[in-house]
Amino acid sequence: MATSEHNLVLILARGLASSIATPMFLVDPEGTLVYYNEPAESILGQTYAEAGGLSSDEWSIMFYPEDPKTGEKISQESLPLMIALAEQRPAHRSMVITGQDGVRRAIALTAFPLFARTDEFVGAVAIFWEEGGG
Amino acid sequence: MRARIWGCRGSLASPGPETVRYGGNTSCVELRLGDDTLIILDAGTGIRPLGIALREELPRTIHVFLTHLHLDHLEGLGFFGPLWESNVDLHIWGPPSPLRSLDRRIARYLSPPLFPIHLQDIPSHPTFHDVPDEDWKIGGALIRARPVSHRGPTVGYQISENGQSLAYIPDHEPALGVDLESVEPEWVSGHAVAQGVDLLFHDSQYTEDEYLQRVGWGHSSVTHAVSFAEMCRVQQLVMFHHDPLHTDDQLEVMLRRAQELWDGHGTRPVLAYEGMELSLD
Repeated sequence: MATSEHNLVLILARGLASSIATPMFLVDPEGTLVYYNEPAESILGQTYAEAGGLSSDEWSIMFYPEDPKTGEKISQESLPLMIALAEQRPAHRSMVITGQDGVRRAIALTAFPLFARTDEFVGAVAIFWEEGGG
Repeated sequence: MRARIWGCRGSLASPGPETVRYGGNTSCVELRLGDDTLIILDAGTGIRPLGIALREELPRTIHVFLTHLHLDHLEGLGFFGPLWESNVDLHIWGPPSPLRSLDRRIARYLSPPLFPIHLQDIPSHPTFHDVPDEDWKIGGALIRARPVSHRGPTVGYQISENGQSLAYIPDHEPALGVDLESVEPEWVSGHAVAQGVDLLFHDSQYTEDEYLQRVGWGHSSVTHAVSFAEMCRVQQLVMFHHDPLHTDDQLEVMLRRAQELWDGHGTRPVLAYEGMELSLD
């Protein structure tokens, strides 16, 4: 019997994301986008349905993340969600992004890995919020 | 494959004149594979009379599949006759936990002061297994266990043999944080266990009104059970884990509600009852 499967922790994280007002972005262990919620849509300037299953190579550059102090582009490996994926540890930073609607917004973002059990890495979550306009 | 229900009550054993038709024993289902291999789904109080029935022809090997370790699924184990037979090869399967092994968690119940005998002194010396992540075989059956949404480590089981399949998810809240009417099925807890099975034993503990007072407690309303079963395109839903406060008459009202909601695919839902026999041959 063929079945599509997602880990329960990822399912529950998506359920949480769909229920809260905080913008939340969820990726699987390979970094593929599996969901972001409506509050995130308003900051990213695009609905999840429009974005679809983006790879980490895609989502890590499409919002043009910049350092808010220097204005320099933030490298992929320095993005908190990439750190959570690659190093399986929490990470946080402020940044300026440009949404798919063309609007620049200053945000703070915290990313952390998801473990179903002590040894089972099942994905990562980023939560973020605007910092006083962009 | 044949199933016989020895207990389908949830939370607490509930004997009495108002629960006679559907029974008061907590979760336990006897499953016989084609070669008569015995698999027991959960060890609620229903496992005690099952153990008595097994006296006539005691199997050499018995597999007990525990969905989780809440007492209503475990409390009968110490009163299961074959546990006390040294010549029985007893295998107990259950959900892994990051904190303690399955036998250590069960020993918290099967030891003083909650039980007079310590697990290590029980004659059958059961073998404990964390359910594997991958499907595995017992006899001619393919077994699948997957984590499902409930309080604490909990799995649902799918057992398939000769093209027939059964899923057992007695404690399950798939609707927690999810709109079952709009979400993609693969994003619903338990879907990988129940998808396309012939028979689904599923949590139907609450009415819709009761559920609203108990969101997050780990159980389903009748509406959620029906939606989940339809989403998984099961052939028949067996409503399981009856609330201890529900009388036989109240359960039948819930059954009528489930049958009203059922969209016509497969066979209409039924209520689990003690002594119910279901054949998948």
